[in-house]
Amino acid sequence: MEFTLIKPLFGGFLLGLAALSLLFFNGRVAGVSGILGGFLSFRKRDTLWRFAFLAGLVAGGFLLLATFPETLNLNLKSSPPAVMLAGLLVGIGSRMGSGCTSGHGICGIGRLSQRSMIAAVIFLSSGIAAAVSIDLVFGGAI
Amino acid sequence: MGLLMIFLSGVLFALGLGISGMTQPEKVVSFLNVVGDWNPSLIFVMLGASMTYLTGYVFILKRSKPAFARAFTLPTSRDVDRPLVFGSLLFGLGWGLVGFCPGPALVALATGYDSVLIFLLAMGFGMYSFEVLDSRLKGDPDGGAGLIINS
Repeated sequence: MEFTLIKPLFGGFLLGLAALSLLFFNGRVAGVSGILGGFLSFRKRDTLWRFAFLAGLVAGGFLLLATFPETLNLNLKSSPPAVMLAGLLVGIGSRMGSGCTSGHGICGIGRLSQRSMIAAVIFLSSGIAAAVSIDLVFGGAI
Repeated sequence: MGLLMIFLSGVLFALGLGISGMTQPEKVVSFLNVVGDWNPSLIFVMLGASMTYLTGYVFILKRSKPAFARAFTLPTSRDVDRPLVFGSLLFGLGWGLVGFCPGPALVALATGYDSVLIFLLAMGFGMYSFEVLDSRLKGDPDGGAGLIINS
């Protein structure tokens, strides 16, 4: 039990630290969907720092693959159409709702923003609804 | 120097996602599937991360400005409006369907798996389409007044 607790807590601590680091150096909220959405829109003149952060995420993935490969043992059972639908929902929903698990879940809740707390309760609830109904109806990933 | 520190913040963020278990869709789905073989460990990710942020951000905001930027740029909106509610609802459905959210999906790009690429392309397309549609509706004084995304 202790073992399963320490990794999520320590990982969460690193996430908080990384988000604080972005705030300290660049004065921005570490919301991945906001950073990526702004980068993709190409309208704002601040694409460079967005690219730097996103490149860091991707590079961090390679670092994980080299040091703790088990963290990227995805074991993804979902079919391509389901993955595509999930990507669309995540993309549209996170931009419409002004944030995702990082922007609302870490920084927003960390700043005690009521808006983010409500967003987090909603996406946790609909996430539970999706995962539970898929399991009940299809008996596993679709 | 500033860009390097931003890049390193991204690297640290990716390590946090990996170590916490967020990069494993299977774990995320088993956390969200509360009626199945429930694995509550991911609660502690959000708890650890937001508590760390809560402890630190007050001290950072006491500074007059960030180390490498002119000013702090923080969200100012306080309204709980329809886009917030409806968008978060859609986001959660997609998250629970496969177990990926934006950060972990970008981190998982390193695996080179087809599913990760498909997810990222669909997500990018969704984000871009929303940006285009949203700015078009907002540019038009009456446009989309009755639509939920522009309430």
